[in-house]
Amino acid sequence: MHSDTALAPPPIVPARTAGILAVSGLAKSVPAGRQLFSGLDLAVAPGEVVAIVGESGVGKSTLLNILAGLDEADRGEVRIEGAAIGPLDEAGRTRLRRERIGFVFQAFHILPYLTLAQNVALPLALVSADQPRIEARALAMLEAVGLGDRGASYARDLSGGELQRVAIARALVHEPALILADEPTGNLDPETAGRVLDLFAREVRSGDAAAVIVTHSRATAAIADRVLVLTAGGLRPADA
Amino acid sequence: MSALPAVPPPSRAGLVSARLALRWLIAGEWRAHPARFLLTAVAIAVGVALGFAVHLVNGSALASFEGAVRSVNGAADLQVRAASSLGFDEALYPDVARAAGVSDASPVVVLDARADGAEFTLLGLDVIRAARVSPSLVGLNSSGPDRSRDSIFSAETLFLSRAALAATGRAVGDTLEVSANGRTVPLRIAGILDGVGEGQAIGTMDIAAAQWRFDRLGRLDRIDLALADRRAAENALTPLLPPGATLSSEDSEATRGANLSRAYRINLTMLALVALLTGGFLVFSAQSLSVARRLRAFALVRTLGLPRRGIVAAVALEGLLIGVVGGVVGLLAGWSLATLALRWFGGDLGAGYFSGAATKVVVSPLAALGFFGLGLLSALLGSVLPARAASRAAPAAALKTSGDMADPRKPVPWKPAAALLALGTLASFLPALNGVPVFGYAGMALLLAGGVAGVPWLARRLLGPLASARIRRPAALLAVRHVHGAPGEAATALCGIVASTALMIAMATMVTSFRVAVDDWLAQVLVADVYVRAEGAGGIDPEAQASLAAVPGIARVEFSRQLPLSLAPDRPPVTLLARPIDPAREGGLLVLVEGPAEVPAGTTPVWISEPAARLYDWSPGTEIALPLGENARFAVAGVWRDYARQSGAVMLDEADYARITGDATRDEAAVTLAPGADAGAVSAALLAAAPPGSTVARPAELRAFALDLFDRSFSVTYVLEAVAILVGLAGVAATMSAQTVARVREFGMLRHLGLEKRTITAMLGLEGAILGGVGGVAGVALGAVLAQVLIHVINPQSFNWTMDTRWPIGTILAVVAALVMAAALTAMVAARRATAPQAVAAVREDW
Repeated sequence: MHSDTALAPPPIVPARTAGILAVSGLAKSVPAGRQLFSGLDLAVAPGEVVAIVGESGVGKSTLLNILAGLDEADRGEVRIEGAAIGPLDEAGRTRLRRERIGFVFQAFHILPYLTLAQNVALPLALVSADQPRIEARALAMLEAVGLGDRGASYARDLSGGELQRVAIARALVHEPALILADEPTGNLDPETAGRVLDLFAREVRSGDAAAVIVTHSRATAAIADRVLVLTAGGLRPADA
Repeated sequence: MSALPAVPPPSRAGLVSARLALRWLIAGEWRAHPARFLLTAVAIAVGVALGFAVHLVNGSALASFEGAVRSVNGAADLQVRAASSLGFDEALYPDVARAAGVSDASPVVVLDARADGAEFTLLGLDVIRAARVSPSLVGLNSSGPDRSRDSIFSAETLFLSRAALAATGRAVGDTLEVSANGRTVPLRIAGILDGVGEGQAIGTMDIAAAQWRFDRLGRLDRIDLALADRRAAENALTPLLPPGATLSSEDSEATRGANLSRAYRINLTMLALVALLTGGFLVFSAQSLSVARRLRAFALVRTLGLPRRGIVAAVALEGLLIGVVGGVVGLLAGWSLATLALRWFGGDLGAGYFSGAATKVVVSPLAALGFFGLGLLSALLGSVLPARAASRAAPAAALKTSGDMADPRKPVPWKPAAALLALGTLASFLPALNGVPVFGYAGMALLLAGGVAGVPWLARRLLGPLASARIRRPAALLAVRHVHGAPGEAATALCGIVASTALMIAMATMVTSFRVAVDDWLAQVLVADVYVRAEGAGGIDPEAQASLAAVPGIARVEFSRQLPLSLAPDRPPVTLLARPIDPAREGGLLVLVEGPAEVPAGTTPVWISEPAARLYDWSPGTEIALPLGENARFAVAGVWRDYARQSGAVMLDEADYARITGDATRDEAAVTLAPGADAGAVSAALLAAAPPGSTVARPAELRAFALDLFDRSFSVTYVLEAVAILVGLAGVAATMSAQTVARVREFGMLRHLGLEKRTITAMLGLEGAILGGVGGVAGVALGAVLAQVLIHVINPQSFNWTMDTRWPIGTILAVVAALVMAAALTAMVAARRATAPQAVAAVREDW
């Protein structure tokens, strides 16, 4: 999935290493003082899908925000493709998200006033004005998720499952190293959720990217290569 | 996936590389909500149009006035001018002509003339001299059947400018009955003054003939000078001039004309800019709501990698486009408006500063650019402020919530508003800068900003008791709690209308106070029963005075004289009033605001008007210089209230005036009827005894005329205020509607809980009424403060008038009632859309 084309600015992270995501000794408490988690370690390899489960309020979404550089940890280190994100300023983290991370949300967040092709192309349009190439790639991504003929449609014309497929296409369109998904099937019925998850896992693995999914759903967790439970003491395997 | 096209490489770092995404975001928003963009652009266009139109009308009138000055002056280098219409002794001429630095001098008699219903300035010239000093005034290039050059020396001939000729409807060769200075003389039109500018009504004739035939023997009004050395001439001429003459240039005269109307023009422009300010607030309201609605979208693109400033850039670009569209449309509309206004109302928009000046629109590219820039700035500021707030929101949190996190416990900031109000109050106390109340306007702007910023605090304070009260009806409970919990939303909806209401109330209070003061003053001034005026008839000479005094049924008649008296070449002349003064009698001394004061021995007492005291910094008891009589000394005995003469007036006793000037002619007679006399019959007899062209009026007629003139002067301000209020109400309607539609999910939830549609509609109607009420209270309170600045700072500094405050209670109640009703109705109409079953699926958050 990684393009041969070199990025014009110097890359934020060095060339892909054996582990795409490496987290060590991460700790986070909420402003009221309650410790969410501490001593959290995690490593995710290329082509690997990791599911993180846990009770409500344990800090799953907060962990995801820290991995994306949208929130700060109290302690510990997060490395993406070998580079620590802690020392990066806001602009550096923004660029990291733009170039190396893809997102899938529970509520899809497909912008209603853009066409589906434009929604998918949005991450590319943030870094390039080469509209023909961007649109060609976005349409190809839509084709890959089974919506090749819907590029000119709008969000209101699609079902929930279709919208989440659009969101997956958007998460992968710029060939990110890491895909972060927050309850990606939370708004879908089980049958649709199953199809969407299969698609998600297939696309992640074929692109040699790494994915972290936080979820309540056992069915969602079932597609992952590893399932980890988030507790106040960190992550532990689900079967442990 | 291997068959996929490659990822395009990033073009450049920064926002430039994100331009495609920004374009999609902006274009998508415009496609989804065209009405919002249209309304905001129209609001800016209205503001730009009004400001530009008022500027064009003012500028065109001034250009026309300057053209008139140039035409009448005939391009002389310098002029010796009479300080009053009495002129000066022609014996001055040889001394001036021989003065150092003067290469040539041309004596001139200036008369206000009428013929066949046309009015023009009639200049008596020494043609030989004028040909060298002011050649454009000489009819050498006469056209028509009589091309004899001898006609320019004839006592029976007249040369007219094309505008004057057209106004008379006559042709070259015709004979006209020309009236000036109380005399009517037949004159033959010998030719046209080709050198006079277009639209300027001027006539010329031989100076000796003008002096002889129009009773100006031995007097001159002007000496036009050609100079060899300006400094030497000024040095030599200054000591030569008698008190009744001053040195003047074309520039100083044009400045004098501009100064005359400057305060009016500035005030009108400021008022026009209120509409632009309200438009800016409307953009702010609309963009705030748009940004609030798009918080999740912005959070998404920030999560996907758009820098924080990208959000600001996207919304600022929207504002820029709104500003460009509004600015261009506004300039075109302003030009059209100015053209129509000049055609219908004239260059002074009915205020009476430039009467008779034929004007055409003179466009200044710099001014157009300035107003376009102001429109752009309003739209940009209205967009950037909410965008900056949105860009600071944490993306992760914004993605989880809709951003609607009203918290009634959250304290409402009041310090910024208090600081702005304090600064505004301080600025209002500062004096005028170069005669312009710059700090007064700055104070008003700061007070306005502080008032608007204080609306959330006011809403919380006003609704505090209601929010803690036990309200049983669900609609009322929800309405009160919502507005109390989210006062910031109220401020967003109300900022435009609070600003325009406050200014409207301030203006209405000032105009009411002014009108009442003028009305009271007229009642005190107009104490006689009948007034005879001979302004256009050349005055009432002693013979006519005797005839008038002999009319049966008269108990007393007092004659008075009014003359323009030029005290400084670059200032409009003051009015010299000579009338019998008896301090003991009612109306004898008018209404004194300062004095009476003892005057130094050997001085003639004069009473000065309030504007004269302020303009020339005179005070009671001090000696002042007036260009009147030889060696006469004057001292201020008191200051009287006068709303009639903005440039100031000086009054002295008629007997002193006659002694000092020797002028026995009078312009007006104030007649007190004998007991039982029939006013109608006496008026008719007075008119018969007065010189031809005189008018007779009763106090009621004069009062009605004066108040009509007053109302016409302010008619444009009413129009501008109404437009600002309409733009503000449009802002309330738009924001109320948008806020209602944006809460459609909340209403859905309430419907599920069992609230009926009509209850929700009632709730929203009540919310609208509460918001309108809060806006009304804020607008009235702020308007009351601004009115004090207008009355006690702007008005005295601009027009030199003072007055007491009179509150227009009816207007205030009507404005607040209209505001409450408009807000409630708009909210209820929006509620019908937001709760209609068929609308639930189709509702697009648009208005």
